[in-house]
Amino acid sequence: MAVIDATGRPPAAAGAVPRPVRSRDPQDHVVPTGREEAWRFTPLRRLRGLPSGPEADGRVTVTVQAPDGVAVERLDAVDARIGRVLTPADRVAAFATARAGGATAVTIPAEAALTEPVVVRLHGEGPANAAGAASAAGVAYGHLVIEAGPFASGTVVLDHTGSATYAGNVEVYVGHGASLTVISVQDWDPGTVHLGAHAFSVGRDATLRSFIVTLGGDLVRLNPTVDYRGPGGDAELYGVFFTDAGQHQEHRLLVTHEARSCRSRVTYKGALRGESAHAVWIGDVVIGADAVDTDTYELNRNLVLTDGARADSVPNLEILTGEVVGAGHASATGRFDDEALFYLQSRGIPPAEARRLVVHGFFAEVIDRIDVPELHDRIMVSVSARLGESELPDGADPTETSDLAGPAEPAAAGAPT
Amino acid sequence: MTTAVSTLEIRNLHVSVETEEGPREILRGVDLTVRKGETHAIMGPNGSGKSTLSYAIAGHPKYIVTDGSITLDGEDLLAMSVDARARAGVFLAMQYPVEIPGVSVSNFLRSSATAVRGEAPKLRTWVKEVKTAMADLEIDPAFAERGVNEGFSGGEKKRHEVLQMALLKPKIAVLDETDSGLDVDALRIVSGGVEAVRARGETGILLITHYTRILRYIKPEFVHVMTAGRIVDEGGPELAAVLEDGGYDRYVKGGAAAAVTPAGAGAVS
Ligand SMILES: Nc1ncnc2c1ncn2[C@@H]1O[C@H](COP(=O)(O)OP(=O)(O)O)[C@@H](O)[C@H]1O
Ligand SMILES: [Mg+2]
Repeated sequence: MAVIDATGRPPAAAGAVPRPVRSRDPQDHVVPTGREEAWRFTPLRRLRGLPSGPEADGRVTVTVQAPDGVAVERLDAVDARIGRVLTPADRVAAFATARAGGATAVTIPAEAALTEPVVVRLHGEGPANAAGAASAAGVAYGHLVIEAGPFASGTVVLDHTGSATYAGNVEVYVGHGASLTVISVQDWDPGTVHLGAHAFSVGRDATLRSFIVTLGGDLVRLNPTVDYRGPGGDAELYGVFFTDAGQHQEHRLLVTHEARSCRSRVTYKGALRGESAHAVWIGDVVIGADAVDTDTYELNRNLVLTDGARADSVPNLEILTGEVVGAGHASATGRFDDEALFYLQSRGIPPAEARRLVVHGFFAEVIDRIDVPELHDRIMVSVSARLGESELPDGADPTETSDLAGPAEPAAAGAPT
Repeated sequence: MTTAVSTLEIRNLHVSVETEEGPREILRGVDLTVRKGETHAIMGPNGSGKSTLSYAIAGHPKYIVTDGSITLDGEDLLAMSVDARARAGVFLAMQYPVEIPGVSVSNFLRSSATAVRGEAPKLRTWVKEVKTAMADLEIDPAFAERGVNEGFSGGEKKRHEVLQMALLKPKIAVLDETDSGLDVDALRIVSGGVEAVRARGETGILLITHYTRILRYIKPEFVHVMTAGRIVDEGGPELAAVLEDGGYDRYVKGGAAAAVTPAGAGAVS
């Protein structure tokens, strides 16, 4: 991909990563004005007032489909497991936990080895609204607590669909020696606003793989954070987003290495298309003074498919120890590689299909790592459908095609909210 | 114009590229006729315009035809899009094949075969066809799952180009320095692949090369010498032998040498 805007800087030159206030009390956090580092890319007027914590008047229904042995519970607001991993870093996250009034908890017991994923369906019950934000879906709050016990292994899928104005937090506790994959798919209908803090705590010698797949919604802003509770932790954070005309998709990551000998890899790839499509990727990594032997690399690549779309990509690495294995980052935003398109077309492949192949290839590096086959295929189809639409005449309803990629009707089991 | 056999006809071809200093003419009146089953070599020093000619035939958007014509079986190639030219039977083995990350070789081969043949090849016969073609070129079957040209060595890229030619069975194949950068073993394998396509007798081959080395394996019936955007000499295989001994000096030094056949003085072959 031709690099037209590389914001990569040598790690040594990187500045300090901002340290936000952390508190469960919404009043401890500033009301965003847009001047704050954390909010400067976000169109505040489109948040439907979430920073002021309006009363819930909508619903996001939670259904959990879990294999035998996995505990699914409703936690009340004072349960000690709430807030163990996540301390909100902004008002919206603080309101999300406070107003959710409890949490849905999914616990994979120690040493369990799941062969089927746990699927948490979060469905916004707001009016399906193909016209966009004209009639906003009602406000809803949610909190999920996911835990993998020591030496457990498994996959948890968070599948967000429907339409909502949703502030939802997720905290994930990965036990020592456990291996957990968490896949969060934002396949919202148009007209949805979704803000969320996803906090991960990785135990000693534990492995976390996180996938964030953001396709739908009017505005989606997620803050994944990772901390390590001991040495030997390994976190791979993957992201895929497809930002269409008028969508704002923001992913702000913070990986904090305080324990020694931990590894992190961040790979986020996005495609942008259409007027006022706006993607924001912030990749903050802090390597503390005691975090010797850290190995970290973060990458964001954006493929800008049309004029009028904008990608902001800001990697930021703060290193307080000299003894690291590796610390680097790369960021590039580019257009289609014309030479690649020419090569494919010179083999008889029509231009639209050539573009589809290139975009598939671009995303495949990340999507092919998703080893839940239905989900893998659904995401690929969804990406295809979005590309296919660019060949449709103006005025074609884009939601029609992406619905093909929607979830099959689940046989829901487990505890509803 | 329609001829009984597949014929690529290039007449008075002028090609420019856009540069920062404005348009720059690279090809300055090229005439060439390649018929089905014939093998032509185009030889010339670096920068003489050989790749420009091959890109112009394939339809690369950077190379702008300002005058002249290119036809295939009487059809105007210049009026066709890049992909339509390929479907009409033009194939270009590129000097520098492009990496397409994440698109597997098998997916790519099947997509192009489907496009060029006008229908998806039957899966069962297709798998066998690809396997055989890969084995002929001594390509590791594991390549099928790798990204197109991704991390391929120079020799692997060139073998992959010849593999595509073998599968797509073009009417006209332009091989742009398919021989350069190959060690002796790879050159033998690649030449064998080209010979196999040639032996079918269904493809006209335009073999572009800087060196005479490959001509020991593939004997062209016609040799053309290109310098400074023109064909400055033409002949049979004996011309290659002359070039092997003397190089391009006699064409390049002191401008167009008097001994040279005037370019465009009537159709060759
Ligand atoms: N895209 C381009 N932009 C500018 N100049 C070009 C471009 N392609 C080729 N040229 C110039 O045209 C001339 C012929 O190049 P090329 O066709 O690649 O020659 P050859 O293949 O014989 O080595 C060279 O001087 C080269 O620098
Ligand atoms: Mg060349």
